[in-house]
Amino acid sequence: MKRLMQGNQAVAHGAWAAGVRVAAGYPGTPSTEILEHLAGMPGVYTEWSPNEKIALDVAIGAAYAGQRAMAVMKHVGLNVAADSFFYAALTGMQAGLVVVVADDPGMYSSQGEQDSRRYAKFARVPCLEPSDSQECLDMMQLAFQLSEDYDVPVMVRLVTRISHSHSVAVAVPDRLEQGSEPPPFPINTSKYVMVPANARHRHPVLEATVSRLEAAANQLEVNQHIAGSCRVGIVTSGVAYQYVREVLPDASYFKVGMCYPLPMEALRRFAASVERLVVVEELDPVLEEALQQAGIACEGKSLFPLVGELSPELVRAGLVRAGLLPAKPQPAMQAIPDLPQRPPVLCPGCPHRGIFTILHKLKVIVNGDIGCYTLGYTEPLAALHTMGCMGASIGVAHGVLKAGVAEQNVAVIGDSTFMHSGMPALLNVVYNRTPLLTIILDNRTTAMTGHQDNPGSGKTLQGLPAHELDFKSLVRAMGIDEVYTIDPYKLEETESILRHCLALDEPSVVIARHGCALLPENRRNYRPLKVDAEKCIACGICRRISCPALALSSELYPKTGRAKTRIDPLLCAGCEICAQVCPTHAILFRRQLDEQGGL
Amino acid sequence: MGDLTRNFYVVGVGGQGTLLAADVIATLGMLQGLDVKKSEIHGMAQRGGSVSSQVRWGSQVFSPVFVAGEADCVIALEQLEALRSLHWLKPGGIALISDYRINPVAVTMGRAQYPSNDAVSGYLADVHSISVPAMQLAIQAGESRTNNVVMLGVLAAQYGLNDALIRQALELSVPERFLEANLRALQAGRAYYQERGQDAH
Repeated sequence: MKRLMQGNQAVAHGAWAAGVRVAAGYPGTPSTEILEHLAGMPGVYTEWSPNEKIALDVAIGAAYAGQRAMAVMKHVGLNVAADSFFYAALTGMQAGLVVVVADDPGMYSSQGEQDSRRYAKFARVPCLEPSDSQECLDMMQLAFQLSEDYDVPVMVRLVTRISHSHSVAVAVPDRLEQGSEPPPFPINTSKYVMVPANARHRHPVLEATVSRLEAAANQLEVNQHIAGSCRVGIVTSGVAYQYVREVLPDASYFKVGMCYPLPMEALRRFAASVERLVVVEELDPVLEEALQQAGIACEGKSLFPLVGELSPELVRAGLVRAGLLPAKPQPAMQAIPDLPQRPPVLCPGCPHRGIFTILHKLKVIVNGDIGCYTLGYTEPLAALHTMGCMGASIGVAHGVLKAGVAEQNVAVIGDSTFMHSGMPALLNVVYNRTPLLTIILDNRTTAMTGHQDNPGSGKTLQGLPAHELDFKSLVRAMGIDEVYTIDPYKLEETESILRHCLALDEPSVVIARHGCALLPENRRNYRPLKVDAEKCIACGICRRISCPALALSSELYPKTGRAKTRIDPLLCAGCEICAQVCPTHAILFRRQLDEQGGL
Repeated sequence: MGDLTRNFYVVGVGGQGTLLAADVIATLGMLQGLDVKKSEIHGMAQRGGSVSSQVRWGSQVFSPVFVAGEADCVIALEQLEALRSLHWLKPGGIALISDYRINPVAVTMGRAQYPSNDAVSGYLADVHSISVPAMQLAIQAGESRTNNVVMLGVLAAQYGLNDALIRQALELSVPERFLEANLRALQAGRAYYQERGQDAH
């Protein structure tokens, strides 16, 4: 049946159709929906692992055990999982193993835009690159097949515009079923125990596998020659194919479906059939370098940007530069300049707002981590000063303290991020002794990627009850005695505990525990607050907590002529943080609203 | 792509239902037997930021995104976001604009000004647009959160899409328990277009 499918959804369908039995991952935009879709399909075990490396090890184990398996992550997740990615290439498996990696060109929701195709070549892992949802579906099935035929993991590389675009795809009604009897574990230590002596034997095997695949790639259907004008030949892959096909429909195309190893013979024939060869690819010049290394003359990054996401507009501009298209007249309308921007902000009711309001007040240096709370760096809260990658906060803060600076230093890290890669760093703080205050922002979920469960939330990806990690006991067991759990909606309590911990001469941990305001159980308790306009003196102090629900009233405070505050009832969650900072008690608490019957 | 190609640019503020509106528009294309692509960006925190989505209908659609100056129709759930998106319109395109306003934090902080009514009228002077009191109509229809579907009602009227088709698209996109409220909002948008929309032409 034809359906409008998101790329990620199509990846899940393709994996299911291929008979995948075990799938693991860690949430990361733009890859997250893949496992969420797969979790609802019959016959597949899916899990959120604490991090990408564990997810990949889980998938490798399942593939060793003879079941088709996959691991899913965003591009930077592959950095975390890289160690496992490399040994899996050396060992091979008993059944197909597919590693799905979603890159984020343009960095819509990432700290970098590294091109994962480099990893494929680095680890000698074949890599497929779909260009729409139908190809996501088809290539997942091909990936499992290739993985088994060549005894090597296969990477499927997505980008945001493939993962988060919808296009028409035909769902497969049935799946490839493997035997229901569990096979015996394959005892084959020379293949599966990578001590140096065995690894030395496996490396030439892997290189030979790549050579065989390179030869076979010339016949693979996913590497497509689309005949057109012989004046110009375009070599392209992934979403870039769609852009260039739209703006230059008459050219000849070589659409690369497997970008490692490349079908060099077919590419050589294609190059010989056209007068001019142009490579259109997003991010790194992976295809271009390979062609040039093979002595095939081509143009690429001299025409198209190396940095950021491509678009039909940028592809057109490159082709104009190449003299292949006439310059397009300027569009009739220009963007209206200087409109107020609307960057992402902490949501109304966000529990992180309480912590950052106090951290701002205490004027400490804050080492941050990956999560919604990174937005604590934005004006006017401006209370986060470093952030690099998952789990970095605690190690960086420890290093700052060891180096010694004039200011006080803290680390903030989300619950899921702490379990991902923060725990060893906290152990280091205890082991190597710094009096660091670490704040675990426990909002009971993996919020930024859209509320995924984790080992602290009490539920699995498949919705089953799970053990709930007790952060307090864990931290105590690591050797930290000063551990406090607070509710970050309560500003006075938050401030006094943070002040206490900052004065200590030993490591401390504050668990700021309050569920994300967007969790369904919390949405049900929204109660928009109101401003008593009589009392509001338009001082603007409430607006410094950076809440989108606080708006300007049309009513002015006569003494200053400034606009009073009003609360947007559609946005306000009723967290009362603004009410606590108001110096004239003009913002009414829930309790006061109850007493006054709604004002 | 053939003559059937239609490019829709849907914008709003996170939490307004922008992506759902785009889903319904994409489904409407499918139900008419067209090739469809839809693209959107899921960013950081979910509420309060600018959100946009592109939907393309055609006999064969390659790129999931189009270029500024190529939209047949801009559907804006918020006024400032409408202004931010006007240059996506192609000459002769139409903008369907909710008059609802949500102040960005920079405005409430007093660091920027929300464009005045006069400024908005100025920007729209040379644009074929229909301003819709979508939030007000949604509240009258019983559910403020259906302000996005009010705009779809206006769109349905603009493109002559029949009720059966759009009902089917809504059924595929919204949970059943919200269907009635959404259908009321749809009718409110359609009725508004029929009463007032004509004046704007």
